Amino acid sequence: MKDIVIIDYGIGNLRSVYKGLEHTGASVSITGDPEKILAADGVILPGVGAFADAMKNIEDLKGVLAECADSGKPMLGICLGEQILMDRSEEGRPTSGLGLIHGNVLRFPPSRLKIPHIGWNSIQITQEHPLLVDIPDGSYVYFVHSYYVDTTQENILAACEYGVTFAAAVVNGPGNVMGTQFHPEKSGDIGLKILHNFVKMC
Amino acid sequence: MLTKRIIPCLDVTLNEAGGTVVKGIEFTDLKKAGDPVELAKRYNEQGADELVFLDITASHEGRGTMVNVIERTADEVFIPLTVGGGINSIEDIRQVLRAGADKVSINTAAVKDPDLIRRSSQVFGSQCIVTAIDCKRNLDVANNPDKTVLDLEDSTPAWYEVVIYGGRKPTGIDAVQWAKKVEELGSGEILLTSMDRDGTHDGFDIPITRKLSEELGIPVIASGGVGNPQHIYEGFIKGKADAALAASIFHFGEYTVQDVKAYLRERSIPVRL
Repeated sequence: MKDIVIIDYGIGNLRSVYKGLEHTGASVSITGDPEKILAADGVILPGVGAFADAMKNIEDLKGVLAECADSGKPMLGICLGEQILMDRSEEGRPTSGLGLIHGNVLRFPPSRLKIPHIGWNSIQITQEHPLLVDIPDGSYVYFVHSYYVDTTQENILAACEYGVTFAAAVVNGPGNVMGTQFHPEKSGDIGLKILHNFVKMC
Repeated sequence: MLTKRIIPCLDVTLNEAGGTVVKGIEFTDLKKAGDPVELAKRYNEQGADELVFLDITASHEGRGTMVNVIERTADEVFIPLTVGGGINSIEDIRQVLRAGADKVSINTAAVKDPDLIRRSSQVFGSQCIVTAIDCKRNLDVANNPDKTVLDLEDSTPAWYEVVIYGGRKPTGIDAVQWAKKVEELGSGEILLTSMDRDGTHDGFDIPITRKLSEELGIPVIASGGVGNPQHIYEGFIKGKADAALAASIFHFGEYTVQDVKAYLRERSIPVRL
């Protein structure tokens, strides 16, 4: 059984991620313990809330997470957890992220569109990757965010359109560090399939 | 493309035995008639985009059983859940989020203490905080020069007054001004219910829905009055709402969520099918 840890560094709804992963048959725990994180088969970075708060809360684990990434351990950041994988965010006072995937986090430009971007939007799959195996192009997934990831084509697994085209799913060069702007744990069967794909990689 | 959301609402209350049931439910083929968790699963299978639980027990012991309902639902249903009813404090919010809710809807408590919206959106993020605005048409325009006057369907001028305690108490607050204020305070969405339409099956209250949808930079969920799929269509086209909430048309089994979405898709409204 795959041992998956969810990094506990905030106050969001972790229950759904937990249950979603459990649904895939993984053994799941919520932890902030470096040893457990290093020993796990896979790491989930969840997250809701503000970028700067999340970085502050995760400060002590930065080294451990970098070590996980370098060792090739599969890691998946969800929503804000995706954003903190990047180099930098302009949310609030510009703040550095973990820098595990190159790119920046920007605010949606002013337009007639409602912010936050809330609801089910379709994704265009731009790159083959184990995370998105058997996910049909154009699938609907659930988003809720005001900032988005801007990165280069080789780091994008799937794109989404909301005024701008942004990275709905990202990956690092070696392919083991991934992030989704949407919430797989809130995206019905498609989301559960993505979590399943992740666990299979671990 | 971002789709319009269809959100079934479950009014959860306690039965005589102290168990939780959904008000107004008449499915007879459910394993446990009226069981909120069974019903949530049913709506999820039908393609609901989100679910709203309104805790109308509003009692201390009711809260405990409600938390249990949220936990059991969140364990099996992987779509967003919003919980409202009797949310008065940061601690209340923490409790339902921990149980597995993604958002809370705050109503009377926000009117009594608007700063609760600011504090809670700072702690949990704006995306968690839905402000529920219940309003009622007020035709006394002459004595209310500071209010936002809208034209009703027959061109009668009216302003919309915020009401609290389930619509029993008028507040003198202008709904349009109030909505703008809660947006500034950090609310991530508005759940708008017109008490003139709630329970009527006559369709959404279009003038106020449209006004808020146009004026606000955050999404507006229209609620109150849905009797058929056409009403939902009009809520999106005429009311410009981002999402539609309905209860009885789904509970009575008259229409499934799928039926409504098929109707909307035929008329070129983007929906997740």
